Amino acid sequence: MVRTLTYGALIFLTALFVAPFVWTLLTAVKSEAELLVWPPVFWPESWRWSNFAESWAKQPFGTYLQNSMIVVILSTIGQVFSSSLVAFGFARFRFPGRDPLFVLLLATMMIPWDVKMIPLYMEFNFLGWINTLKPLIVPAWFGEAFFIFLLRQYIMTIPMEIDEAARMDGANAWQIYWRIHLPLMVPGLVLVGTFHFMNAWNDYLGPLIFLNDQTKYTLPLGLGLFQGRHDVDNIAFAAITVILCLPPMLLFFFVQRFIMDNALGSSVKG
Amino acid sequence: MTNARRISSRRRPRNIAPWLFISPWILGFLFFTLGPMALSLFMSLHDWPVVGARHYIGLQNYQVMLTQDPKFWHTLGVTGKFALIFVPLNILLSFLLAVLLNVKVRGTSLFRTAFYLPSIISGVALVMIWKWIYSKDYGLLNYGLSLLGVDGPNWLGDPNWSIAAIIIASLWGLGGTMLILLAGLQSIPKELYEAARISGVPAWAQVIHITLPMLSPMLLFTFITSLISAFQQLTIALLLTKGGPLDSTYFFAKYIYDNAFKFHDLGYAAAMSWVMFLIILVLSMAVMKYSAAWVHYEGDVKGGKNG
Repeated sequence: MVRTLTYGALIFLTALFVAPFVWTLLTAVKSEAELLVWPPVFWPESWRWSNFAESWAKQPFGTYLQNSMIVVILSTIGQVFSSSLVAFGFARFRFPGRDPLFVLLLATMMIPWDVKMIPLYMEFNFLGWINTLKPLIVPAWFGEAFFIFLLRQYIMTIPMEIDEAARMDGANAWQIYWRIHLPLMVPGLVLVGTFHFMNAWNDYLGPLIFLNDQTKYTLPLGLGLFQGRHDVDNIAFAAITVILCLPPMLLFFFVQRFIMDNALGSSVKG
Repeated sequence: MTNARRISSRRRPRNIAPWLFISPWILGFLFFTLGPMALSLFMSLHDWPVVGARHYIGLQNYQVMLTQDPKFWHTLGVTGKFALIFVPLNILLSFLLAVLLNVKVRGTSLFRTAFYLPSIISGVALVMIWKWIYSKDYGLLNYGLSLLGVDGPNWLGDPNWSIAAIIIASLWGLGGTMLILLAGLQSIPKELYEAARISGVPAWAQVIHITLPMLSPMLLFTFITSLISAFQQLTIALLLTKGGPLDSTYFFAKYIYDNAFKFHDLGYAAAMSWVMFLIILVLSMAVMKYSAAWVHYEGDVKGGKNG
């Protein structure tokens, strides 16, 4: 009885959560005529896959994609590297001021981006970085509080004896980090890389504020500004939206186990 | 183990290795957080146009905002209304979904993925998707409502419904909150429920006396993060409704954005961003302070009994 009710509720809710995606995909492959009729057509008569290529050509989306890729790849590498480095520093050393500094690090998570948005714009303007991709890449090379916290948790689960054994063998701190901890942290690094990838890929406000030349646009910014124009049809919006959704979804399916294991750690093992 | 560490740090009191490791964050904190925050505070005390001379005006920006700017109160009100509805709904729905997923049935991981998926696409794609759902003419939502015999409103064009539209679209992305609560549910020891069942405690009482107290730290955490994200709501409002109709979705964050990048009044925008920071800080601290009454930490109880 409980089981049936649970299934019923789960299936109903799944339909609600998935419907918007399905609707967008269906819109993307419809013909212009099918889009405008009421009641709406659910299954297009023929799936016009060519809509994707045609929509892609309506704006320099190739350029936007290239910019997005540059930002996402370079910033993800930086984020994974710098956050793991800092996490190792906080997890494996004792030094004066360590604990207050770590509390400070956690506290920075509460600062709204809006407070930093305006002065960061001025700072990057002063550095001559406005309208370049640097503001979207460089800060990622200095670690992020949440990721540092996450990776520190990973390192803390690894017995100190391993470090000590390595030190006996003459390894220095860098070697212990690079040769021992980095390989052991791989699940954590995948997690950080995935979360950062998604944040960077989806980011709209950063590009909106720091970029102003069309040749520098990232994909979300291109799509966002594209929707302000009236000469563009809805099928193109839907098609580009589907394309924009694909990379995070594909990535999610590949790393799903890591994310769920991390969030639901105890239960998966038990 | 701890001894060995202490000895090694005493032997090399001026060890710079740890500082080298954490130096990226220290530098990042100085250049991308502390510096900007200080600059923002400094700017908020000035009349600071994008071009032209700036001059010190003391607290005038704050004074104008609080006493002469009805739009400040309006946008703050819109944000407050949004937070007041969104935050409890976000947690309640996430909790219900987590409870459903926690029932041991086959295929849970498939359902879990379905609920989590919207949260990994965000901002622009989410807005684009909901535009078709809400569309007055060819939207899925109003079509669905018409099948039920309900004449759906003009979601994005009617000031009475626009906030609701943004709330629903935002709730679609509750996957992260849900996952945290699900993790919390799964970490509750099964023995507690077994003991309760044996003693004949009914299911609803188990929820009140076991589930909610054990989950309370997670509830507090998600409450605070939802609150912060509600105050920062910008992308959806910017793209889905552009603040309209009739300013009904003109969020505080958008007003800051407009002041800075549209009206070019950087000092005023900086002052407003500090007000937002203070509101978030005060609310979070108040929540944490009053949470002591209802948040239950496993470690605390033991400590309290011993002390």
